[in-house]
Amino acid sequence: MLDRHPFFQLFAARLRELAREPGVLFWIFGFPLMLAIGLGFAFRGEQAVIVDVAVLDGPRAAECAAALPADLGFRASVLDAEHAARALRLGKVALVVVPGDAAEASPEFRFDPARPESRLARALVHDALERAAGRVDRVTPRAAPVTEPGSRYIDFLIPGLLGMNIMSGGMWGIGYAIVDMRSKKLLKRLAATPMKRVHFLAAFLATRLVLVLVEMVLLLLFGWLVYDLEPRGSLAGIAGLCVLGACAFASLGLLTATRTAKTEVVGGLINLVMLPMFVVSGVFFSSDRFPEFVQPIVRALPLTALNDALRAAVLEGASLSEQGPRLLVLAAWGVVSFVLALRLFRWS
Amino acid sequence: MSSAIRCRGLVKTFPGKPPVEAVRGLELDVRVGECFGLLGPNGAGKTTTIEILEGLSAPTAGEVEVLGRTWRAHADELRERIGVTLQDTRFTDKLTVEETLRLFGSFYARGRSVEQALAEVELGEKRKSWVVNLSGGQRQRLAVACALVGEPELLFLDEPTTGLDPQSRRQLWDVVRKLKHGGRTVLLTTHYMDEAEKLCERVAIVDHGRVIALGSPAELIRSLGGDHVVEFSFEGPGGAGGAETELARLAGVRAARAEADGFALTVGEPHVTIPALLAHAEATGSALARLATRQASLEDVFVTLTGRHLRDA
Ligand SMILES: Nc1ncnc2c1ncn2[C@@H]1O[C@H](COP(=O)(O)OP(=O)(O)O)[C@@H](O)[C@H]1O
Ligand SMILES: [Mg+2]
Repeated sequence: MLDRHPFFQLFAARLRELAREPGVLFWIFGFPLMLAIGLGFAFRGEQAVIVDVAVLDGPRAAECAAALPADLGFRASVLDAEHAARALRLGKVALVVVPGDAAEASPEFRFDPARPESRLARALVHDALERAAGRVDRVTPRAAPVTEPGSRYIDFLIPGLLGMNIMSGGMWGIGYAIVDMRSKKLLKRLAATPMKRVHFLAAFLATRLVLVLVEMVLLLLFGWLVYDLEPRGSLAGIAGLCVLGACAFASLGLLTATRTAKTEVVGGLINLVMLPMFVVSGVFFSSDRFPEFVQPIVRALPLTALNDALRAAVLEGASLSEQGPRLLVLAAWGVVSFVLALRLFRWS
Repeated sequence: MSSAIRCRGLVKTFPGKPPVEAVRGLELDVRVGECFGLLGPNGAGKTTTIEILEGLSAPTAGEVEVLGRTWRAHADELRERIGVTLQDTRFTDKLTVEETLRLFGSFYARGRSVEQALAEVELGEKRKSWVVNLSGGQRQRLAVACALVGEPELLFLDEPTTGLDPQSRRQLWDVVRKLKHGGRTVLLTTHYMDEAEKLCERVAIVDHGRVIALGSPAELIRSLGGDHVVEFSFEGPGGAGGAETELARLAGVRAARAEADGFALTVGEPHVTIPALLAHAEATGSALARLATRQASLEDVFVTLTGRHLRDA
């Protein structure tokens, strides 16, 4: 009978354990949706850019502030030198304008060129002051704002969140869970039975695959219903990527769990593995932002490969066969981690 | 009579600075169908020994034969034929008793029914409870049930009642007594002498990784030379240093030892010794502050052999 089979029993036990732990369910399903909602709202496209500037108090301050009207997106406040400097330091304003005087007709801009919003403010303020001084524009481009599905921040975000969830699900769901069993001596107890090791590992992996597919459906459905983001690639292809990613990160999770019996230790290890990838692998912003010389490393990371592949599939409709190198990176991480993990694994 | 467990020259040294010699040349013969106890203080090497016998760790040296097989050659077969409870396993909190048993049962080719195992440990009415909601005694009985679902010929129980309240201990003792029926062999470890006396047909007293005495509880106690212990303390000069040499010469005394709060005499017949003791007290100008007689126990055997008590060794 099927339900007497050890694989089935192990698999059912694992699913029950997860289903009976509300906190775990939140981290698996609720958290990524909340992130998508929160970040999607914070970075929604229609929001107008507001340029905060300070105008240094003086004889021509009022005139200068009047040249930066609210309807052009400026929020100008007239401040004395001390307050203006403070506002700039705290990031409340992007730029301080020192109006020209009798001796020097041109204004002075004080800003930190390392801040992107300051560079933007400098260009916009310069433009507005020129116009107020009577410049006549010879070129007037027409603006055509892009809000189509596929090119907004939320479109970038959803595949990234899916990738991130596949990573943390694999690392915690396998790595932490196994160390927890070792710390309770449950692994040792199982090793004293005739249980086949392959059934044990297969049950953990199967649990991950089920969860990953549910996560995928949830996130894609959410993007589709709320943000009108319809995946371009085939669902089967996207599911294939999720499965490969889940296997790779399950193996990596298993590798972190091979020796220690302390859940604190494996927690630290998991964070050590995941944190760099959260930052560089293009979850929240593109990994292309990192300098050229680190790109080979960034692209060799499993989460970068997974995120890039998911984005290509969801946003551009790339098929699996077009993503060979990324699939290879994922498979290599999976196979190498798995082989190492089997060699190093201890039951007690 | 055939052996269920046979080990010779068993040694286990844990690497470290300095290395820990947990087991140093331990010899053991457990007969088929008996309940055998390893009795010894904490740190004696009982768990280390039993885990080697269970095939969970490899000995540094020595030979081990379990049910006529070796772990090296017959690990799969042996795992089918033994049942194990470890010293303090925590099963998955949010599985029920029944689910846990069904899981363990699925690993065995000739698994018995969950019902039978539940009945044997008297946990039937808790079948639908999550493990996290069980008492200590119920958890320990679940552990025994998990060891029983494979219908084992040989059962290993490591400290089955440590940490349990007196009522739960007695309940577990009842369970273990029933396990012996049907030709099953049981090897248990304990640091409670009353447990070993009540449950085991034969006991090996283990200290510092060696067997220092072997026999049935009755035989071991008989080896003291007397079945009774007289305990007392002096008020007055009678308890001066070296008094035990003089006490040992009193009528009927087989052995005398100083305790933290007085003396203990091993005696054959208390009605002979006590008058002699009272006369001795009078002669030395002291009085007996307390006087009690009791049956000699394995504790006395251990103290006689090592000079230490089981509980604080
Ligand atoms: N894995 C280990 N590494 C190092 N020392 C150990 C290990 N396991 C047990 N010991 C030591 O071996 C000795 C015997 O331990 P153990 O077999 O658990 O004794 P018992 O079960 O009789 O209380 C103890 O001194 C213990 O500290
Ligand atoms: Mg022990």
